Amino acid sequence: MILWTTDLPPFVLFYAAAFAALYLRGWWRSVVMLLVPVAGGIHLAGVADGTALHLSVLGFELQPYRVDALSRLFGYLFHIAAFIGIVYSLHVKDTRQQVSALLYAGSALGAVFAGDLMTLFIFWEMLTLSSVFLILARDTERSRSAAVRYLVIQILSGVLLLAGALLWYQKTGSMAFTFIGIDNVAGLLILAAFGIKCAFPLLHNWLTDSYPEATPTGTVFLSAFTTKVAVYALVRGFPGTEELIYIGAVMTCFPIFYAVIENDLRRVLAYSMINQIGFMVVGVGIGTELALNGAVAHAFNDVIFKGLLMMSMGAVLHLTGRINGSDLGGLYKSMPWTTTFCIIGAASISAFPLFSGFVSKSMVMSAALDGNHQVVWLMLLFASAGVFHHAGIKIPFFAFFYKDAGLRPGEAPPNMLIAMAISALLCILIGVFPSILYGSLPFAVDYNPYDSSHVLAQLQILFFSAAAFAWLKLSGIYPPELHSTNLDFDWTYRRFAPQLISRITLLMNTMYQGLRNAVRRRYHALLYKLEQHNGPQGLLARSWPIGSMALWVAILLASTLSLYFITG
Amino acid sequence: MIDEQLSVLAVVAPLLAAPLCVLMPRARWSWLLALVASVACFAISVRLFVLVQSDGMIVTPLGGWAAPWGIEYRVDPVNSLVMLIVSGISSVCLLSARLSINKEIDSSRQPLFYTAWLLCLSGLIGMTVTGDAFNLFVFLEISSLSSYVLIAMGRDRRALTASFQYLVMGTIGATFIIIGVGFLYLATGSLNMADIAVRLPDTIATRTMESALAFLTVGMGLKIAMFPLHLWLPNAYAYAPSVVSAFIAATATKVALYALIRFLFTIFGYQFSFVEMPLSAILAVLAVAAVLVASTVAIFERDIKRMLAYSSVAQIGYMLLGIAIASQAGVTASIAHIFNHALMKGALFLALACVVYQIGSVMRDDLTGLSRRMPWTFGAFTIASLSLIGMPLTAGFTSKWLLVQAALAAGWWMIALLVLIGSLLAVVYIWRVIEIMIRPPAENAPRQEAPLSLLAPAWILALANIYFGIFTGINIGSAKAAAIWLLGGVS
Repeated sequence: MILWTTDLPPFVLFYAAAFAALYLRGWWRSVVMLLVPVAGGIHLAGVADGTALHLSVLGFELQPYRVDALSRLFGYLFHIAAFIGIVYSLHVKDTRQQVSALLYAGSALGAVFAGDLMTLFIFWEMLTLSSVFLILARDTERSRSAAVRYLVIQILSGVLLLAGALLWYQKTGSMAFTFIGIDNVAGLLILAAFGIKCAFPLLHNWLTDSYPEATPTGTVFLSAFTTKVAVYALVRGFPGTEELIYIGAVMTCFPIFYAVIENDLRRVLAYSMINQIGFMVVGVGIGTELALNGAVAHAFNDVIFKGLLMMSMGAVLHLTGRINGSDLGGLYKSMPWTTTFCIIGAASISAFPLFSGFVSKSMVMSAALDGNHQVVWLMLLFASAGVFHHAGIKIPFFAFFYKDAGLRPGEAPPNMLIAMAISALLCILIGVFPSILYGSLPFAVDYNPYDSSHVLAQLQILFFSAAAFAWLKLSGIYPPELHSTNLDFDWTYRRFAPQLISRITLLMNTMYQGLRNAVRRRYHALLYKLEQHNGPQGLLARSWPIGSMALWVAILLASTLSLYFITG
Repeated sequence: MIDEQLSVLAVVAPLLAAPLCVLMPRARWSWLLALVASVACFAISVRLFVLVQSDGMIVTPLGGWAAPWGIEYRVDPVNSLVMLIVSGISSVCLLSARLSINKEIDSSRQPLFYTAWLLCLSGLIGMTVTGDAFNLFVFLEISSLSSYVLIAMGRDRRALTASFQYLVMGTIGATFIIIGVGFLYLATGSLNMADIAVRLPDTIATRTMESALAFLTVGMGLKIAMFPLHLWLPNAYAYAPSVVSAFIAATATKVALYALIRFLFTIFGYQFSFVEMPLSAILAVLAVAAVLVASTVAIFERDIKRMLAYSSVAQIGYMLLGIAIASQAGVTASIAHIFNHALMKGALFLALACVVYQIGSVMRDDLTGLSRRMPWTFGAFTIASLSLIGMPLTAGFTSKWLLVQAALAAGWWMIALLVLIGSLLAVVYIWRVIEIMIRPPAENAPRQEAPLSLLAPAWILALANIYFGIFTGINIGSAKAAAIWLLGGVS
């Protein structure tokens, strides 16, 4: 059976299934889609480390398939994520979404098993091309324009990667994807390419822009693959690059301000996603075995718990058609299971002991302390508190509790519940028995998350963070202007946040808006100019009379002749 | 014996079939005859290609007259590849011509149409195989005159002005070429290309030779649609009958480009063209301008045929860039792109032929929901578009990749960057079309897929884009061999 040929790259199965899904209908399609990640995962377990495919194309020695501990872990992760995502989206009967989801998952697998930069580039672009349909499938004007912005930025990332890969080849004579480093132009270009997909600060807008515009099920897939492939690529290409520590630290902190004031709960999760990736980037930057293990482990856990949160919000959006915190509330009465799962996800992302986030986040934080990065450690501490505040409390609180918005949609469909249950189970399982995850990490683990100092420190953070939230909410809930500004725009939430944060955010927002408007004005002016010259009636595009065409010929002839005569 | 005469047969077969087309009592028979002649020409080209790959150049003196006095045909690694693509594209386009032409041209004029087509094919093949500079001019005129006729047969009355403009500009170009050839004759007393090349070293770098080079580059530049001499091209492509757009876009400019390569490398030689004369700089500047300006114009264009025409101007920029780099790698990229671009533009225009057949318009706004109304057409269009953008695993990627590499190897960093920017612009203008096509159709528009005989040719070329993107033996392999053959010692 071909499935058991060990050198069959995992993406082949997904691509084949995507092709089959084009022609299958009804539950046949569902069966095939469900079988693929299961069969692929079992298959991957039977492949030995060190398996590789070699290929010679256009004079390049390529390695389209390479298995080692690092890629294997991401391989398992993506199989699990694909399976959960497919179960979650079983009720969707949209060929476009289903095919692109399979292609998307396959491309992510192709990318993490790519042994050379060329193959990586191909899957890098395939990730973009397949995922854009998950955003488009929402079929709204907003999603369409978000998809275009997403596409342009992601293709730019691909172009940077290609340029970097070329330069790297010129420099080293090899296409192999191993440690790259930033001491050369090629490395910088490649890092920029990874950085875009990884949502580095200032390069992050595509993420918060497009993910909340995708379909309820599409966002679940989107949140699992693109950024995690980038994290994998960073771990492979840039471990121990010090700059990444600071980039990552900034990533953990700045989204918190935005997340607190955001009203669209899926956008809140998108911001918190950048915050979680920040932890991983810090880990990659520190680059010790413990830190890299932490980064990888946290990527693994993040896919599961962020997926769980996205699924719970997706269920809410699916059933109520609303996703703004101001429009929701009191859903726990009609959606008890979804509420439970959401709280488990919230506990995991907030790194409660006995939940999965705790066992991986604390690895990165310990590594930061070991490496004498106290300031970074404090930033991470602040970020941990912030996560709990906006993702751990705000999401479940405003969606399921708080003021009853009078919505009685009923419980989510069984397939959604099953998908969420699997994720929730994994969150708790990894949290209680971290050795399951530790055993598959790229480096040997000599680390115990459950010593008293870790547990106590984390519980303290959580306690004070919760206390702060309660206090702010209680003190902010009774101001007299409540009735006039009730439950409307995100500005209500600023009452819950400390005045200081509110001011900072306001300032940041105005500056950002100012900058954005300035850039936008310039952009429109440029576009107008371009249209004037290049549009159908423009100088460069209109049909010219023959005389002027002939004039051009004369000009060109005269100038070439004089150039030749001068040099000749 | 017959193998030696094959190159003559490739020209004569369509040339003889052409007048017979007029005599056919029914349009359908003319079509069949044209198709048979074209396929025969393709079969001969394949045979020649194989022979040249194994045995090297084939020289055929016409009428038994030895070389410097008589005309001789030479088939070598460069032009055998061009022949292959010209006759191949002609055959595939003719496959879809019958239905498409039935709809676009009155049946009484159809025999004339196929006659003009065969004459054009014969002229293009003649231009590639001939080893004689004056004979090249003659074939150039044959192909040009017949292509004016082909373009003028478009449904839109604007086709007439477009054709007239092309006629005037083409004639100016041809005049320049004949002036250039005249100068060459003046300097060397010979019209045989190989012979001129042998005689040149004594007389090189005189005012005569410099003028010859200038007239030939500008004259060829007109036929190639080199920026800013491309102004005739958008209208000609936009208003010609659909299959003619596909045929001309994929072959005519390419053959002219081949002729330029031949003049520059075989006759003038690398040393004179690129070391003593600043041709590299001139071509590079014009090529970059072509890529940037034409791609930007394409973004704003609402008529998709015109958009593709401007995209052709940009793609021709890439080919000229390869020549400007003037290294083996650069010329390889250029020749490979000639081949690949023919495949992608052929597929795109044939897909548009399906659209014209069913919907009757190629304005961007009329194509809303095409992905549901004509899914197969949309599929072929998308594959060819990806190739045009330079998506890996398609033909378009391989030649762009070679070009970027050649530019980097020559130390032209900025140029390599500009090529990548050009690709981004291509993403934008293609996306604007694809985005309209995948929108849900406005009203409940029926599914109205084109008939198989229009779809199949478009798909043949679309699949060829993928095949040649993965198995690069024929396009890249022989382009490399051709470049080595052309540049000889120069690396």
